[in-house]
Amino acid sequence: MSIAENQPLYDADDLKRYRAERFERFGKWLLPVAVLIAMIWLWDRIVVWNEIPHFILPRPGLVLETLIKDWPMLFNALLVTLQITMMALAVAVIGGVGLAVLFTQSRLVEMSFYPYAVILQVTPVVSIAPLIFIYVDSRTAGLLICAWLVAFFPVLANTTLGLNSADHNLRDLFRIYGASRWQTLRYLRLPAALPYFLGGLRIAGGLALIGAVVAEYVAGTGGIGSGLAFRILEAGYRLNIPRMFAALILIAVTGVVIFAGLSFLSHMLLRKWHESAVKRET
Amino acid sequence: MTTPPLGHRPPVLDMSNVTKTFNGDVVALRDMNLGVNSGDFISLLGPSGCGKSTALRLIAGLSTPSSGRITWAGGQSENDLGVVFQEPTLMPWATVAQNVWLPFRLKGQSYASVKDEILDALRLVGLEKFLEAYPRELSGGMKMRVSIARAMVTKPRLILMDEPFAALDEITRFRLNDDLLRLKAKIGCTVIFVTHSVFESVFLSDRIVVMAARPGRVIREVNVDAPYPRDEAFRTSADYAALCRQASDALHEAMGEHA
Repeated sequence: MSIAENQPLYDADDLKRYRAERFERFGKWLLPVAVLIAMIWLWDRIVVWNEIPHFILPRPGLVLETLIKDWPMLFNALLVTLQITMMALAVAVIGGVGLAVLFTQSRLVEMSFYPYAVILQVTPVVSIAPLIFIYVDSRTAGLLICAWLVAFFPVLANTTLGLNSADHNLRDLFRIYGASRWQTLRYLRLPAALPYFLGGLRIAGGLALIGAVVAEYVAGTGGIGSGLAFRILEAGYRLNIPRMFAALILIAVTGVVIFAGLSFLSHMLLRKWHESAVKRET
Repeated sequence: MTTPPLGHRPPVLDMSNVTKTFNGDVVALRDMNLGVNSGDFISLLGPSGCGKSTALRLIAGLSTPSSGRITWAGGQSENDLGVVFQEPTLMPWATVAQNVWLPFRLKGQSYASVKDEILDALRLVGLEKFLEAYPRELSGGMKMRVSIARAMVTKPRLILMDEPFAALDEITRFRLNDDLLRLKAKIGCTVIFVTHSVFESVFLSDRIVVMAARPGRVIREVNVDAPYPRDEAFRTSADYAALCRQASDALHEAMGEHA
């Protein structure tokens, strides 16, 4: 590419940067889409070439067909799973932030309870879930507890870290001005914790979905009010493999949508001042 | 000769025999005596570890003396202090105006009720056009100006500055030194200024307290007998050079003992 005499002078570095930017901009979308198309095509070909029966591995087209045909049932199941996920996430936020604030306000409370929060986190939810369903009568409450157990720890851990990461000089300044505990929390610690909290929230969103799905597997009872995980189990018993795939796709898409939604929320809340969001805009 | 008369200069604060030790044996500051009068500009000058920041923290009430007394003339009040740290120490999530509002806000005063004071303070540091800007949009020098505006907005009895310009480039530092003196002339504030720069301390202050390390203590006080206002002419004058020499010698003496 040659540059005319009266044009502003772009040198080789500018050109290199421009090309790299263009590649980044399109590559970010085009490459994953190309990989997806290639994988689906390959999947289809493998089934056809090897004459695999559809009750072992269905062709992608059949999965799509099933997704459309079974949409009313799958959509209802999705709503059930989504409801549990969202409720668990909400309780995780309230519980996680509440506990984090309590921890930072009282060293006594933190020393007493933090180890147990860790123990709850590291114990696999599949191993506690059966017990929960023995003692909790309501199936919804049981599912909620399981999903909450998985989701609340990242919120707690990140928010605690954030509350403690307020600038030391600013803390001194608040002391000098005689700020009350509440004022320090409201005007200094909570805003300082916001980016950390949002990071935890993004992780918790995905985990709440995983918790809800795992708990459904354990709970296992069917009926009208059952979620996507149960539909997968049920379809498995009936060798309805295309439906298993369809439900699986729905779960994956839901996870991505939750993550994207929370990322967007985070971006909107931080875009004016936080480095992580500022960089993306410029 | 003494500092130029500023009329009646009532005392603000008195430190008598103030000692601060850590863990009982590390002496951060030994037997410091300092009287601060209204309108004073006092520099604490010394090498690192000489206790100048410790002295500032003690005055700010962020730590308590191991022995000795710090007395505020007329008792402590709500509006004793404004502080400027080495970093601008602004809240990144708040606008410039909200940052300057902070001292009022913590006393429960609404933005509307102190809007004029906030505007005045920002006008004094030349940032009245940046009310709605966020700190990340400002340069290092501008952030420091916001920090200064925040320290003076309540018109406190004493402003503490802990090496506020140390992290800035020299051109910005000179400009901020000039601005600081202009501000002081305008609002007549009392300042204790911690620095390790001889030139800065001579240019700004009417008294320099030279300190030494291990243990942290006051070596000598140097009076800067040059009239305010001081400007670029003062910075290149023979008087200035002589005063710098004097302060520098005192500093060398302070460092020499425990080099």
